[in-house]
Amino acid sequence: MFTFIVRRLLLAIPTLLLISLVIFLLVDFAPGSPMSEIPLTVPPDVRQKIIESLGANEPVWWRYLLWLRQFFWVEPLHLWDHLFGTAFAEGQQRIVSWQSRSPVFDVIAQRVPQTLTVVGTAYLFGVLIALPIGIWSAYRQYSWFDQLGTFISMVGYSVPTFFTGVLLIVIFAVNLHWFPSTYDTTLKVTDWASFWQQVRQMALPVTVLALFNAAEISRYTRSAMLENLGQDYVRTARAKGMSERTVLLKHVLRNSLIPVVTVIALGLPTVFGGAIITEQVFKVNGIGAALIGAIHANDLPMVQTLTFIFAVLIVLFNLIADILYGVLDPRIRYD
Amino acid sequence: MPDGAAPVLDVRGLKTVFRTRGGEVHAVNSVSFHLQPGELLGVVGESGSGKSVTMMSLIGLLPSPPADVRDGQVLLEGRDLLRITPEALRSVRGAEVGFVFQDPMTSLNPVFTVGDQIMEPLRTHLGMTRAQAETRAAELLDLVGIPDARKRLKSYPHQFSGGMRQRVMIAIALACDPKVLIADEPTTALDVTIQAQILELVRDLRSKLGMAIVWITHDLGVIAGIADRVMVMYAGQVVEQAPVKELFANPRHPYTRALLKTIPSNAGARGDRLQVIQGQPPILGAAPTACPFRARCRHAFDRCARENPARRPVGRGHDVACHWTPEGADA
Ligand SMILES: Nc1ncnc2c1ncn2[C@@H]1O[C@H](COP(=O)(O)OP(=O)(O)O)[C@@H](O)[C@H]1O
Ligand SMILES: [Mg+2]
Repeated sequence: MFTFIVRRLLLAIPTLLLISLVIFLLVDFAPGSPMSEIPLTVPPDVRQKIIESLGANEPVWWRYLLWLRQFFWVEPLHLWDHLFGTAFAEGQQRIVSWQSRSPVFDVIAQRVPQTLTVVGTAYLFGVLIALPIGIWSAYRQYSWFDQLGTFISMVGYSVPTFFTGVLLIVIFAVNLHWFPSTYDTTLKVTDWASFWQQVRQMALPVTVLALFNAAEISRYTRSAMLENLGQDYVRTARAKGMSERTVLLKHVLRNSLIPVVTVIALGLPTVFGGAIITEQVFKVNGIGAALIGAIHANDLPMVQTLTFIFAVLIVLFNLIADILYGVLDPRIRYD
Repeated sequence: MPDGAAPVLDVRGLKTVFRTRGGEVHAVNSVSFHLQPGELLGVVGESGSGKSVTMMSLIGLLPSPPADVRDGQVLLEGRDLLRITPEALRSVRGAEVGFVFQDPMTSLNPVFTVGDQIMEPLRTHLGMTRAQAETRAAELLDLVGIPDARKRLKSYPHQFSGGMRQRVMIAIALACDPKVLIADEPTTALDVTIQAQILELVRDLRSKLGMAIVWITHDLGVIAGIADRVMVMYAGQVVEQAPVKELFANPRHPYTRALLKTIPSNAGARGDRLQVIQGQPPILGAAPTACPFRARCRHAFDRCARENPARRPVGRGHDVACHWTPEGADA
């Protein structure tokens, strides 16, 4: 197992390098320049100075190498300094956003908590709703519960989140005034009243995303459960006199979890990516919103770094899914 | 009852029907049989003759829907299993009646250790602690001839060969010292040499533990070696039943005779083609009102199409459901 993980991590390095190059070039070739963000009233020589200070005038291969060094060396060093009070990264240039002129990772650090609270909660809820629904739908296949579940997940999965989001806003925020229509990032939870306010402003975006995630995961759970319910070992468990509860929640579920856990793990990176639209709809000031803002402003370092972080997460969670698979299924051997 | 002692299992008029999209399938049609304590009853019949469905009906193992056990009594030491609560039936399964299935490759749960799977019924039915169950599980593995039993408890099913897995299945079925062991073609999926080993094991266990056994097979050759009594099934009915020697010496039903001819005999010259029974067993959309075998029967006559023959005694402990007699048709 250990050698498997090490080998996969080593293999991930060239993969990620290639991905980073592709991302860097693609983003770089996109039309637009950082100059468009500098007001026209700025005299040309100052303008030139700004561009030079950003390093935007360098050739693309040079900027790529610089960015690589910053991403893999300077930023980790900086994090180390930050955590342990050392000064290894002193004087080293960090990746700087063209738009805000502040380090990209500082912006990300500010935005991640919002995304995690809203989107992370939604994913967690989605999984917690999906598992029981999937289990029961399979156990009572074709019952009204299953039919309803099938219908709702079909709707939940096929209707885009920007539609359900806007729909919920119109119904519950605009008409019923139950929840605020936008998310206030500046809200600090200090007492019960502000906590309640936080819960209320999270309700709509979390619902939208949780439904979307639950739709997919409950379908996976259902089909995995159905496949296993028909297996011979289920009959054996019943012949041993095990209760239906044990048959379903021990024997069948444990086998069904193998593919389901994989799907859940693979879906985790989309927690960040997939939230982009929902964050826009509800004005959540998270990572997704940061990416959209950076794209509009031609903030290449920001876009490149965020996109690459998504790629890293995807590769990482692929590895985690593989490891979980091996942990859950004793038949899999890594060697 | 042919023998004085009370049977441990007494099945009367069992009827099982599957409700399918294409209509009803009458898989078990008024099956009656009994099992004496310590007896080994062989059940034979072509594939599809209702052997498995009959036995699974006894302890409620068929999924319902589509299965519907419509009628009959299943008396286990006098208690009717068809008329007890699901909870009571559950405490019979695995405790008083053990079941071994055909395919050992798929009958064990791949993600749990065999130790865990043997311990489950011990803990559920006998209320053993983990430590007690573990000790007993190791004894059971040892009993079914798996070496290094203690250690093997921690192995997963895929770490065992087919024959070894079937031994594990037998250990599970015997865990709670059942009165009845039902083995549904336990050797069909195994190599011939492994088959012989499993047969030997069951013979051995039977003399050690003394439980009654129902041994399902479509291979009469296997039955000859281990059964006390044989029951022949066709189209969800018992068509003949006799002590094993009597059946082989004096088969009465044309179907039994045909089955006997399909056994490869050592005496037969090489090159002798094995006989097969022409045609297919019927799938019954309704309870049969005529002899279901008549279409394939050499001796069929008009009465066979009019009336489904009832079982009638033809010798000591020997009965047959057939209108025809070897001496001549008794119309
Ligand atoms: N789930 C099912 N649905 C419909 N018919 C079934 C089902 N299971 C078994 N049967 C029917 O029951 C009959 C007996 O099957 P079975 O008891 O498995 O035969 P065997 O003697 O080979 O064990 C067969 O004709 C089969 O078509
Ligand atoms: Mg069968």
